[in-house]
Amino acid sequence: MDYVDGNMLAGPLQEVFAVDLTTATGRCASCGQTGPVAALRVYSNAPGVVARCPSCTEVMLRLVRTPNSAWLDLRGATFLQIPMPAESFTTPGPVTM
Amino acid sequence: MARTAIPGRLTKRAGWWVARLVERREETATACTLVLEVPDWPGHLPGQHVDLRLTAEDGYQAARSYSVSAPADGERIEVTVQRVPDGEVSPYLIEGLSVGDQIEVRGPVGGYFIWRMTEPAPVLLVGGGSGIAPLMAMIRARRAAGSRVPFRLIYSVRSERDIYFADELRRRVRDDQGLDVAYVYTREVPESSPARAHRIAVADLNTHGWPPQLEPTNFVCGPTGFVEAVSDILVALGHEPRRVKTERFGPTGA
Ligand SMILES: Cc1cc2nc3c(=O)[nH]c(=O)nc-3n(C[C@H](O)[C@H](O)[C@H](O)COP(=O)(O)OP(=O)(O)OC[C@H]3O[C@@H](n4cnc5c(N)ncnc54)[C@H](O)[C@@H]3O)c2cc1C
Ligand SMILES: [Zn+2]
Repeated sequence: MDYVDGNMLAGPLQEVFAVDLTTATGRCASCGQTGPVAALRVYSNAPGVVARCPSCTEVMLRLVRTPNSAWLDLRGATFLQIPMPAESFTTPGPVTM
Repeated sequence: MARTAIPGRLTKRAGWWVARLVERREETATACTLVLEVPDWPGHLPGQHVDLRLTAEDGYQAARSYSVSAPADGERIEVTVQRVPDGEVSPYLIEGLSVGDQIEVRGPVGGYFIWRMTEPAPVLLVGGGSGIAPLMAMIRARRAAGSRVPFRLIYSVRSERDIYFADELRRRVRDDQGLDVAYVYTREVPESSPARAHRIAVADLNTHGWPPQLEPTNFVCGPTGFVEAVSDILVALGHEPRRVKTERFGPTGA
């Protein structure tokens, strides 16, 4: 089956999160391999996208967008470690968006 | 609110906004560069991409990702699109969109496949077909910043006619110090070259890439099969997997 990689998740996930998740490191719940979300194998089968572990090919992440919600299924990942710049914590204040 | 220094992080991050096609340039018989004017464009880093969205009269929508192929010029951004036969979106972008027409854009997005000018490591770019697009953004950004980071590009194409940005690449090799370009022809080799048509292999990456001991950053972009083959070779040659950054454009290709 045809696939691209986790880089294509940048747009869809940016709709949901305030940070870029493609640089996050994820751990596969099935085989334990860790790596960047950008390196996952992404299969688009409308209406959603499925991202598989490049090592064991189990599903790590599933994102389905409906007109009024987004369903993010992360069952296949034990964690996502997200790079966060320090200033996010040192400059609390009103959310401007 | 002040604009953020990291493109796409805060400014209009979630939204689609309306852009206008202001110019179109043919690159090859099957590819062209679209120059879009995007109001309030926050800027981008070389290697980031945008999602382009089309809406049909009945409301049906289709979105695809396209790498930005040049540094931002004010509110203007460029994408370089290859026509995929029977594709839903790319033939429309190439043939159906006229100067003045509108299209929806989301981005810039992607923080992984980017080159940061502050990184001193030498860079190897390996592109297959339209995979040159984000690599060209890096080459152009390097020049614009007057960076001296050594760059090598290995570009795999079917034939000489399939080289995107051919004139500019020739010029940059001459004028931009520290940029080398090597071509791999998969179907038809130009008469001036002694090489044979072949798919990119260990010898190409060994000869035209950097030794792993220099700890270069390797960027590999193109059709999925091409990217898999090249990244496997680079890792086998001793490059650390985290120094081999990949972006897969989808099936088949070069
Ligand atoms: C992060 C990212 C960046 C990208 N950047 C660029 C870019 O700068 N320039 C560019 O031209 N493309 C780029 N692509 C590919 C682009 O997003 C589309 O997949 C491509 O234009 C085909 O879309 P389509 O709607 O025309 O074809 P579809 O209707 O999606 O597919 C039609 C048929 O073509 C096959 N196919 C799909 N994509 C490709 C492909 N890339 N090559 C060959 N066959 C394909 C499909 O399997 C199908 O059989 C990028 C993809 C990603 C994930
Ligand atoms: Zn796994």
